[in-house]
Amino acid sequence: MSKGGRLAISLGLFLVAVGLVVWAVAAYLTPGTPGGEVNFTNTQSAGQPVNLTVESVGSIGFGPHPSWVSYMTKDPHTGQWIQDNTWVLPANTQVNMTVYQFDSGSPLRNQQWGQVEGTTNNSATVNGASFTHFDSRTGAGVGHTFAIPSIGLVVPLPGVASSNICGAGPCLPSKWAHNTVTFSFKTPGPGSYNWQCFVPCGLGYLFGNGGGMSQENYMGGFLDVVR
Amino acid sequence: MANNSQDTPRDLRKMTGIWVVLSVAADLLFWFLVGPHVPPGRMTETAKNNQLDFNILLVIALPVIIGVWVYMGYAITHWSAKRNGPEPVGGASARSNKKAQVWWIAVTSFVVLFLAGFGTVALIVDHGSGGGEGPNPVWMPAGAARAETAAINGTGTGILTEPGGEHVLPVQVIGQQWKFTYRYPTFGGFESSQLMLPANTTIAFNVTSLDVIHSFWAYQLSVKADANPGVNNVAFTETKNVGNFTVRCSELCGLWHGAMFNYGSVVSPSDFVTWATTTEAANHANTKDLPPFAWTYTPDANNAAGGWFPDGTVTPYSTVETYGAKQPAS
Repeated sequence: MSKGGRLAISLGLFLVAVGLVVWAVAAYLTPGTPGGEVNFTNTQSAGQPVNLTVESVGSIGFGPHPSWVSYMTKDPHTGQWIQDNTWVLPANTQVNMTVYQFDSGSPLRNQQWGQVEGTTNNSATVNGASFTHFDSRTGAGVGHTFAIPSIGLVVPLPGVASSNICGAGPCLPSKWAHNTVTFSFKTPGPGSYNWQCFVPCGLGYLFGNGGGMSQENYMGGFLDVVR
Repeated sequence: MANNSQDTPRDLRKMTGIWVVLSVAADLLFWFLVGPHVPPGRMTETAKNNQLDFNILLVIALPVIIGVWVYMGYAITHWSAKRNGPEPVGGASARSNKKAQVWWIAVTSFVVLFLAGFGTVALIVDHGSGGGEGPNPVWMPAGAARAETAAINGTGTGILTEPGGEHVLPVQVIGQQWKFTYRYPTFGGFESSQLMLPANTTIAFNVTSLDVIHSFWAYQLSVKADANPGVNNVAFTETKNVGNFTVRCSELCGLWHGAMFNYGSVVSPSDFVTWATTTEAANHANTKDLPPFAWTYTPDANNAAGGWFPDGTVTPYSTVETYGAKQPAS
């Protein structure tokens, strides 16, 4: 084979290798299909409070990223735990939220997120006890937060200190150690509002804000508020 | 150039007349009708000065563009080739006109150099024009240095009044994925998701980040400063009018970058003090759990310094660090 031919083949193979690397990196970084919506507008009479139950798990346990941390939603119609973390809610309506927190915790990067804000009376309950702020340097720290930044809502979810930690979602409250956090808030007018966690809980990622923290439907989603 | 050199002075006079009338009309219309509405408005002295700078640039630019259009329009209507007529361009009159060239170079050079000088002076006089000046600001408003020292040393309370009568308020802006929070060191160091500012007060924004690079852009205040981890980026402005403004992150910072915004308010000084003291009291319990006020924070318990999470050595907040060799001059 001529020198030019060998050079052409070498160059071609090099380009193919570069292309494969680019494709692999792009595939890794490109978010998958976001999860679906859960409709809460038909779960109660008009004007009545909506009951929204979710859980935060250390590992989702299934799907393309089974090791990623995630929220899960309790389907109000079937009672099943599903990873559909965009919620359709009626506008200007009270939402009674229950969060089963199954994950361990650590000190907060910013203790400001230890303060409960934006809920009814700016308070929440953890395992039945009312609280307005949580010092994340105490106990098992804070596992996650539930926050809707655009309406100023932040609730810290204390971490679980137990050997009976749920390894993969969905986690059953009857089986695994958890903290039950409850609070209420009023939905704003119609619109789309993102919710997120403020704890850098993306295990194994730089700054902890990769993985489940950087893909919709794991540690963040939307409230689609409708009339 | 005209094919008849004797027509040139007359053409020039006509073009100049048209240009002067149109330019004066356009400048007056712009200055009085559009100018007051040019962003970023007049909520702060910085915004007002930046608006003035934009308006002056436009008032200079309009005659330039009108001059080009007038010449182009005149050439099309007066010097275009007639069908079956003689070729209008050629001969000596089509060659370079040194006088015109000298004038063109002189005028455009003067305009460019004037604007460069004007922009530089405006940057200095406006104390950085609202941009982040880094940890050691070169252009500081009167009293700001003393206020910054009071903030870091915890020796000043409330809105600080300097000997010259200037009112100064240090405010810390903390960027994190994906929200800005604000600390008020002269009100007990409480932290809030709300940004409230008193009117007629010099504000010293101390901007930092707990994770990646963000950028604090208070559009109507005409303040924009990058929020870098481990760096105290200082920007100044002087509030004037009460009103609401928008804060956006202007540095692509991850999944919820587009949602990283909030609204702030400039209120009367008395309303501000009421809000600040009320919030200070309401947040008192949580403020005790915050790290002591510092220009930057490195909460290494969860690797805000850039490590991988978690690092396996979960500890309380590290000793807070101040950035840079220079503390604000007292």
